Amino acid sequence: MSESLADPKLDDRLLPSLNSFLELLVLPLLGISLFLLAWQIVASNIETSLGQFPGPEQVWEQTGSLYDDHVRERGKADKFYERQEKRNAAKLAKNPDATIKWRDYTGKPTFFDQIVTSLYTVMFGFTIASIIAIPLGIVCGLSEKAYSAINPIIQVFKPVSPLAWLPLVTMVVSAVYVSDDPFFQKSFLTSAVTVALCCLWPTVINTTVGVAGIDKDLVNVGKVIKLSPLTHVVRIVIPASIPMIFTGLRLSLATGWMVLIAAEMLAQNPGLGKFIWDEFQNGSSDSLGRIMVAVITIGVIGFALDRMMLFVQSRFSWDKQAVLR
Amino acid sequence: MSTFLDISQIDKVFDTDSGPFCALKGVDLKIQEGEFISLIGHSGCGKSTVLNIVAGLTPATIGGVILEQREITEPGPDRAVVFQNHALMPWLSVYDNVELAVASVFRKSKSRAEMKEWILENLRLVNMEHAIDKLPHEISGGMKQRVGIARALAMQPRVLLMDEPFGALDALTRAQLQDSTMKIHQELGNTVIMITHDVDEAVLLSDRIVMMTNGPSATVGQIVDVNLPRPRNRLALAEDATFNHCRRLVLDFLYSAHLPSGESSEDTGQESAVATPSVVQAA
Repeated sequence: MSESLADPKLDDRLLPSLNSFLELLVLPLLGISLFLLAWQIVASNIETSLGQFPGPEQVWEQTGSLYDDHVRERGKADKFYERQEKRNAAKLAKNPDATIKWRDYTGKPTFFDQIVTSLYTVMFGFTIASIIAIPLGIVCGLSEKAYSAINPIIQVFKPVSPLAWLPLVTMVVSAVYVSDDPFFQKSFLTSAVTVALCCLWPTVINTTVGVAGIDKDLVNVGKVIKLSPLTHVVRIVIPASIPMIFTGLRLSLATGWMVLIAAEMLAQNPGLGKFIWDEFQNGSSDSLGRIMVAVITIGVIGFALDRMMLFVQSRFSWDKQAVLR
Repeated sequence: MSTFLDISQIDKVFDTDSGPFCALKGVDLKIQEGEFISLIGHSGCGKSTVLNIVAGLTPATIGGVILEQREITEPGPDRAVVFQNHALMPWLSVYDNVELAVASVFRKSKSRAEMKEWILENLRLVNMEHAIDKLPHEISGGMKQRVGIARALAMQPRVLLMDEPFGALDALTRAQLQDSTMKIHQELGNTVIMITHDVDEAVLLSDRIVMMTNGPSATVGQIVDVNLPRPRNRLALAEDATFNHCRRLVLDFLYSAHLPSGESSEDTGQESAVATPSVVQAA
């Protein structure tokens, strides 16, 4: 290796790859290390009524303990189902016509269950919002009259905090969604609807801008070849505004994820928000560490969701040259 | 014999923030079937507006356009447009761009297989059948414009409208495309209206060159008949007396009689030219 570095040509070739190695790996690692160090120093100087503020080490410990909890709960659940199966089998052996009962295991949801619930809730709300927002944005982009009519409403509701919506949504869901055998839990619907209300707007606005900004020549081509309005939308309007629609969807999903945590805290819908709230109420010496684990998890998942949208965008969008950030 | 395409006494007034703006005043032009017409004039003289009115993309304020005894009220594939910036859908391949038009125009009259054959035939006509699966950003500007022409031809238009089709191309590519256009016009005998800024291009391609006066209230100033036999060869024509005479007439009109205001000389004859459109015969 030392020999090759002495070769100036090879050195020239190595330098760019060395640079990108530095940028991709070393610098981020350095940044993270500095952050952890600063965190440790600051944390060791903060005393709360629940003990010292957790540093990186305690948070790491709590991550392990949350995982152990999860494994333990799963073990319990497996055993419960095993026992239930045996009992039912025995019952059936005695009397083939016996009515057997299946019960779900009702243990405490673990941290990882909460993550799954949160993801499910945000996706549900985001999907509802997208189904409404994209067509609405297309209508607003196509027709200036529709835009003039709808724009004031968008501008007024856009800045409304999810917490303001939540009581209203809760009451409406309780009043409207009445069912003996509910498919969704009410708290789930409340969170999902609140998420949907807040992540409508970025998609509506960006879709509108995208559709209104379609190259006039492309629209004229559609007129010359006499596309029907529906074909026009499907073959020209939607593909042309796909990049902007995705920009909106990404912003919406990011908003939705932030809103969700707040909504879960207040709606007491199972999920990461409720996990944080429960830990806070619980007030054990581990609580702050566990909350910190949740905070980091929320960040990592938010980042992963954004990357996922970018991936989907790169698959669907024709505009491959556009720098996807 | 009745006129094939009659652009009849057109006025176009745009509503602007500072009041109505009269872009066109009394534009009148009769075109025979199979003619190749060039519209030439300085920027902003309303050439594109005339083309858009014929295409049906813009309505005339007064007057109208009659194509084969029928008034034009909306856009349609019988008046296909070749846009200056090709206007290909960037998300569709070369083939699919033409297919979009063909599938819409011939959805009732052609079977799937016939459509495919027709699309390929038109791409072959502009020498683009080797790139049918390429996306527009993967091919050169000249190739994109070829595809734009193929798409327009594939609509089997009664009139082909070309809005500065070669304006954005380099000189060599432009010459190639001009030759292709002449060849296609020779083969298919379409009626063509082309907007151009290029005097040589106008003389080389056209049967008649329609020169427009400057706006506001632009109108047809002079019409030059180019009585050159076809097929035309650009090299042979470079020394041709008729070619150079026509060229001279157009240049005279554009650069001595009708310089845009501001660049203009002592010339005051503009008013009379507007009042009495004259037809110059170059034989």
